[in-house]
Amino acid sequence: MGYLPHTEDELRAMLRRIGVEHADDLLLASVPRAYAFPEIDLPEPVSEMEIMTELREMSEANTDLQRVPCFLGAGAYHHFVPSVVDHVLGRSEFYTAYTPYQPEMSQGTLQAIFEYQSMICALTGMEVSNASHYDGATAMAEAVIMAISVWRGRRRKVVMSPTIHPEYRETVRTYTQGMDIAIIGDYSLGNDIPALVDMVDGDTACLIVQNPDFLGRILDLSGLAERVHAHKALLVVACDPISLGMLKPPGDYDADIALGEGQPLGNAISYGGPYIGFFTCKKRYVRRMAGRLVGQTVDAEGKRGFVLTLATREQHIRRERATSNICTNQALNALAAAVYLAAMGKSGLAQVARLCYHKAHYAANAIALLDGYDVDLAVPFFREFVVRCPIPVADLNQDLYESYGILGGYDLGQVYPELEDHMLISVTEMNTRQEIDELVEALEGIVR
Amino acid sequence: MTEPIIYELSAPGRRAVSLPVLDVAPSDLPPTMLLRDGLDLPEVSELDLVRHYVHLSQLNHGVDVGFYPLGSCTMKYSPKVNEDASRLSGFAATHPYQPEESVQGNLRLMYELQEFLKSLSGFDGVSLQPAAGAQGELTGVLMMRAYHQSRGDARRNVLLIPDSAHGTNPASTTMAGFEMVELKSDARGNVALDDLAAHLSDRIAGMMLTNPNTLGLFDQNLLQVTRLVHEAGGLMYGDGANFNALMGVVKPAELGFDLMHFNLHKTFSTPHGGGGPGSGPVGATVALDEFLPGPIVVSETTLLDAVTGERLPEDAVDGEQDMGVEGLWYRLWMPRRSIGRVKSFYGHFGVCVKAYTYIRMLGAAGLTDVSRMAVLNANYLQAILKEAYPLPYDRVCMHEFVLEGRVEGAPDVRALDICKRLIDFGIHPPTNYFPLIVPEALMIEPTETESKQTLDHFAETMIRIAQEARENPQLLHDAPVNAPVRRLDEVRAARRLVLRWEG
Repeated sequence: MGYLPHTEDELRAMLRRIGVEHADDLLLASVPRAYAFPEIDLPEPVSEMEIMTELREMSEANTDLQRVPCFLGAGAYHHFVPSVVDHVLGRSEFYTAYTPYQPEMSQGTLQAIFEYQSMICALTGMEVSNASHYDGATAMAEAVIMAISVWRGRRRKVVMSPTIHPEYRETVRTYTQGMDIAIIGDYSLGNDIPALVDMVDGDTACLIVQNPDFLGRILDLSGLAERVHAHKALLVVACDPISLGMLKPPGDYDADIALGEGQPLGNAISYGGPYIGFFTCKKRYVRRMAGRLVGQTVDAEGKRGFVLTLATREQHIRRERATSNICTNQALNALAAAVYLAAMGKSGLAQVARLCYHKAHYAANAIALLDGYDVDLAVPFFREFVVRCPIPVADLNQDLYESYGILGGYDLGQVYPELEDHMLISVTEMNTRQEIDELVEALEGIVR
Repeated sequence: MTEPIIYELSAPGRRAVSLPVLDVAPSDLPPTMLLRDGLDLPEVSELDLVRHYVHLSQLNHGVDVGFYPLGSCTMKYSPKVNEDASRLSGFAATHPYQPEESVQGNLRLMYELQEFLKSLSGFDGVSLQPAAGAQGELTGVLMMRAYHQSRGDARRNVLLIPDSAHGTNPASTTMAGFEMVELKSDARGNVALDDLAAHLSDRIAGMMLTNPNTLGLFDQNLLQVTRLVHEAGGLMYGDGANFNALMGVVKPAELGFDLMHFNLHKTFSTPHGGGGPGSGPVGATVALDEFLPGPIVVSETTLLDAVTGERLPEDAVDGEQDMGVEGLWYRLWMPRRSIGRVKSFYGHFGVCVKAYTYIRMLGAAGLTDVSRMAVLNANYLQAILKEAYPLPYDRVCMHEFVLEGRVEGAPDVRALDICKRLIDFGIHPPTNYFPLIVPEALMIEPTETESKQTLDHFAETMIRIAQEARENPQLLHDAPVNAPVRRLDEVRAARRLVLRWEG
């Protein structure tokens, strides 16, 4: 079964037209014979019915979030996705198309991306959004490269907050390992915003912070841009799109680049991918921005239409002089984000944000009362908070999972030595009061 | 035929979703200075929302709508079962930081997909993490860099790239801090061996080669190329964009490639999503696999509880061990000298589920047939169309071929005009103006899933357009006339930037 349509008769007719006897003659005309048709070790093929049985069994070997309460966040979030999102994604006119190289045949994709760009601008308060990057981490790496490029390579220092997602920071380092730049600031949790700003100087291309940060805290960044701009450096802010349903957007505090993980906007949590990195900047930097961009124009009759634009920035034109090698965006994930934002609308997204906020605070308040656990309730936080635990987090999580059927929070000690025995708990609108109460009881029961 | 912008459908107070009421006592909100003022998102009803997106979808062409011979992109049919597979809640509703014992199904699928890709390519290690082909390339170049540095050979920073290469190859090279040298192609469309030899030195980190190349031709000098590059101390990176021609036909690692990325969205029908998500796993030989990005999935034989399938503790007493059965346990693992992670988490898992499904349903013989038929279909179209359009490299092609979009007797007609006229017949145009070494290039990749009727219809249409070009070229210059919009003013779009709805 290869979804191959030719009948024997057709095959013979086609070979005759080409002028060869066997299809393999075509392959052997090009391929070195000594290496042709090697042994391939793959399992015997199965039918559609059998593969679905096999996959169902494999998927059921997992414990999925529909079966157990989950308090894991840390960059991937379990949010409600309205049915309408997946039904739109299921339109195969969208998902069986490719990058809209031929705009007259791709107005659906192009307009959907244009609307995505418009809604992401509204959400972030920024002037320009591109068509998306692979995820939040690569969006951040592209922001660093862009900031370096704005300074045409003359500034080679990047100041990065330690409370940016650790995997984002790692990705930035992977991307830039051949670029001869210095990334400083994130080696100690002691480097708070004032300490980071002090590191910005005339060699600095950008300062990057995350808000809410990896520990869930809402940062007051007013006045920060002014101090960064005093050194002509760029302010890059990674933000959470659901939090922007209630929190001040980065455009309001004068960020130059704002980006983030768009997964919470209507995308399945899907074991880490595919997700979508949204990426925005000030209009003056648009020609330095990587990634696809959709612009509005008119057709030969003056009718409104949409095209990919500013392609001269991109790899297929500029080749080795391009800012980035990115070729595609995450079009289908961007479509999910757009449908989600349109479905939620002005009031819906605000409501989701508030549900997260209040439920997270309800959980934090209750855990703070438990013997042996500590929560800093004085810092403002959004849907995640840090709990100091009386026993190692790994042991706690194992007990939560095995004895209570709960997926506990993220073990912060894995990435911050200073935070050994600290757990990052995430609460979204998907966590009912009953689930939160069960978590609190379980935490209490485990150390009793 | 146009559709309003979603904001133009908006009316204050309309809603498309219902959300649960707050079931806990509300807490104090953060200080006002941390809160936003307004949020300018559209307000629409669910019906209006659905109609809007259904209308937009109808303005689009996809493989499910019609023929899509976009060269280099492998626009094959993607089986519907793939979609169902990746949406199984046991896969789709798992969190990337769940403990390994709660995601053994995911890890097993990833492990087996790694193994499948190794079998097909001959490589010793595979990382599923890269998000797309371009990211796979960057990964490959960074791995070459790490390899040479690990041997104290840091001055090797030049990559050789043929002039027929995708633009992503040179762009990836620059991102990794390398320099590139462009190699000429010879008259038969192969890498010019004399030009290669002239550029080899102890500064060569390696070469990036797409094979079959972007002309759709299997490089006849390939074995010499890989030997020469290796003798000069360089590494061979394979751009796997065209792997659809090679499954079961050759293993790239056996031909001398040290590294290669796969495009799961092209070769393994995951599909293209309108321009993503793709997936670009990278394979490497044993000399390089410790540099792969990660984490990747490894397996170990261990003792599992015979009833629950759970792993038994290593210090289990003898009595308990009697209840255990030997089984495989899967875990995430960072390669020892990894270049680091190239994105968050473990790659495009949902895309991997689709590729796994496809490979399991086809098996080795089925995948070989896929490549065989992809090559047959391309040669069939080439045989017919070379009578109507110039074929610059006239030899047996692999899965695609490149024509010149010129018609004798119609000097004003360009490749672009031919493409736009194809749209009027409901056919997606081939890739045009690429590769750069063919003037007015039309790069045609029919793929294996298209029937003889579809191919014949396309050939007839192309021949008819050639005839129109001679008899009534204005038809082509005016095209398309049957699409939702006429030709769009791309210059205006770039000069008067409108990148968001402005009301």
